[in-house]
Amino acid sequence: MITINNVSKIFQSGEDEIRAVNDVSFSIPEGQFVAITGRSGSGKSTLLYQLGLLDRPTKGSIVIDGVEVTTLSDNEQTRLRLHNLGYIFQDYAILPTLTAVENVMVPLLMQGISEKTARTKAIKALTRVGLGDRINNTPGQLSGGQQQRVSIARAIGHNPKVVFADEPTANLDSETSRTVLDAFLELNREGQTIIMVTHEPEYAALTDRIITLADGKIVSDTSNR
Amino acid sequence: MQVDGVVGLFLAKRDLKRANLWTTSLIIFVMLLTFLNLVVVSGILVGLIEGSVSADKQYSSGDILISPFLNKAYIENTPEAVAIAKNIQGYQASVVRYTGSARVESNYRTTIRPDELRDGAGGSLLGIDPESEQSFSGIDKFIVEGSFIRKGDSDSVVLGKNLLYKYTPIEAPGFQTLKDVSVGSKIRITTGDVKKEYFVKGIISSKVDTFDSSVVMLDSEARKLIGRSDYNANQIAIRLVPGTDPIEAKAQLLASGVGEDGRVQTNDEALPKFLKDIQATFGILGNAISSIGLVVAAITIFIVIFVNAITRRRYIGILKGIGITPRAITISYMIQSIFYALAGSLIGMVVVFAVLKPLFVAHPINFPFSDGILVATVPGTVLRMVILLVATIIAGYIPARIVIKQNTLSAILGR
Repeated sequence: MITINNVSKIFQSGEDEIRAVNDVSFSIPEGQFVAITGRSGSGKSTLLYQLGLLDRPTKGSIVIDGVEVTTLSDNEQTRLRLHNLGYIFQDYAILPTLTAVENVMVPLLMQGISEKTARTKAIKALTRVGLGDRINNTPGQLSGGQQQRVSIARAIGHNPKVVFADEPTANLDSETSRTVLDAFLELNREGQTIIMVTHEPEYAALTDRIITLADGKIVSDTSNR
Repeated sequence: MQVDGVVGLFLAKRDLKRANLWTTSLIIFVMLLTFLNLVVVSGILVGLIEGSVSADKQYSSGDILISPFLNKAYIENTPEAVAIAKNIQGYQASVVRYTGSARVESNYRTTIRPDELRDGAGGSLLGIDPESEQSFSGIDKFIVEGSFIRKGDSDSVVLGKNLLYKYTPIEAPGFQTLKDVSVGSKIRITTGDVKKEYFVKGIISSKVDTFDSSVVMLDSEARKLIGRSDYNANQIAIRLVPGTDPIEAKAQLLASGVGEDGRVQTNDEALPKFLKDIQATFGILGNAISSIGLVVAAITIFIVIFVNAITRRRYIGILKGIGITPRAITISYMIQSIFYALAGSLIGMVVVFAVLKPLFVAHPINFPFSDGILVATVPGTVLRMVILLVATIIAGYIPARIVIKQNTLSAILGR
C-alpha cells in the first residue's frame, strides 16, 4: 500500500543541516492501523507530512498504491490528496465559514460529485462519527471534540485509501480522546488504512503497529497483533 | 475547470453569506461611490456643455437650421424655403430671424470729454416675429426685467443680459457693456450708417447666446436697420416632430432645392466647432477623472482581497491540504470581487437612473453659461460597469494568486 525508501527531510539552519527525518524506510500494507510515536522533536509529524504529500522529502522515494509520489507535480499531488488521502490535523483545521456538513462536502464537490449527493454522503460521514444532529452547526457552535470529529468525517467522507492523523487527540480531554480513538478503531475494522502520529503510549497501544522515531530515525517498529 | 467553478462558487457564496455585514456593506458602498464617480463626474462635465447645446437646440437652432451661404448676406427666396419646410415630413414648427451687428449706446445725448468712453456695447441685432418666436421657442419666459416685445412694439427692444454690466460685470479691452441702462431707458442703435432710438422694454437672460448677446426687436424694424427691403432672412430654424430623423428631413429639403438658396444643416452640423471641441475636451477630462476613480476602486478591491487572503492564509492552506485546487480557491475570491463590483454597480445604476438623472432634470446645476444636466446613457453606463467589473476581477485575482502560491504546509502551520 505505502512503501517509503530512504526518506530524509533536511532543513538548513545557517551553515548547519538539521535532519528531521533521517534515512527512513518501511512499508504499510492495506488496512493497517499504524501509530508513529516518539518524543517531541523526534520527526514524527515531519514524516507524516512527507507521507501525506503536504511536504516533499529532500531524499528518498514514497510509493502509494504503486505510484511514486515524490516526483509528481503540485497539481498531481493535490489531485492524489483529494482522491486517495484523508488528513486529520492536530487542531482540527475545519473551515470556520462553513457548517459541519459543508466542511465535509467541499472535498466531495471537488471530486465532481453533485451538491445533492455530496450533502447526502457528508451527512452519512457525520452520522458515522456521531454528529448526525450537528450537521448545520458552524465550528464556533461545536466543542473541540465535535470539531475533531467533523475533521474525521471530512477525512473519511470521500473514502480515501489512507487516513493520516497528526496528534488528533492532543487538544482533547481524555474522554473525548477515547471517543475519537474509538472512531478510528471502527474505521480500521472496516478496512481503512490509518497512520496516526501520537505521543500517547496508551493510544498507540490500540493500533496494529507502532513505529517509534528518535532524532529522525526509526528506533523500533513493533506489531501489536 | 467546471468543478473548480462549482467549488469556487460554493466557497464564495458561504464566505459572503457569513461575512460581517458591516464590512460587506462598507465594501459595496466604496464600489457604489466608485461607480458614481465613473458615471456622474464625466456625466456632469459632458452635461455642462450638453445643457448649453440642448438649450441652443430648443430655443434657437431647432432640429434643422437654414442660414446664408458664407458669401451671401441672406437666404435667397426665404418665403419659398419656409413654405417648402412646412411641407416636409415630420415638420412641427419654424421661425424666421433677421440678424446683423449693432452698436448700442445710452448716453449719446451727453457731451463727454475726449478721453471718456461712451456708455455703449457691441452686440447682434435680432429681428423676430414675436408671436412665431414665442410659439417656436417660448423664449419670452426668460425675461428677467420688464416684458417681451409684442406685435406693434416698433419703438421698443429687448436687451440680452450680456450687453448689460449689471448682468455681465466684465471690463476688458475691446469688450464693453452698458452701465446706465435699465427697463424704460432710451438707447440708440447704430447699424452701418443707420441710427435709430428705441426704448428698452425688457431684459432677457436665457443662457442662449442668440438672445443673450442680442438686441431683440421686431423683424420689420430689423429689416429697416439692415436695409433689407425684401423678406430674405438670415435664419430659418425648423423644429421636427420628436422621433423624426433630422438627416432625413434635411435630405427632403435639399431634394426640394432649398440647398440652392442657403446652407441647410442639422443641429449637430450647425454646432460651432469650438463647442464640439469643448464637448470632446470635457469628455476626455471626465474619462481621465473617472480613470483615477477606477484605479482607486481596483486598489480598494486589491487591498480587501489581499487582507482577506492574508488573514485567511491558514484557511487557504487547509483547502489546499484537503485537495482543493488553487484554481477553485482563486475563483472563489474572484466571485467575491465580482459580487462587490456588481452590487455596487447595480445600486449605482438605480441611483443614477432613478434618482440623480430625474433630479438633475428637475433641478439643473446653474452654471453661468448653461443649465448643467447629467448625461448618462444606458449603453455608456453599462460600459462603465463592465470596465469596473474587469478592473475588480483583475484586482481580486492578483492578491488571491499571491497568497495561494505560498507553501501549503507553511500556510497550515502558520509559519
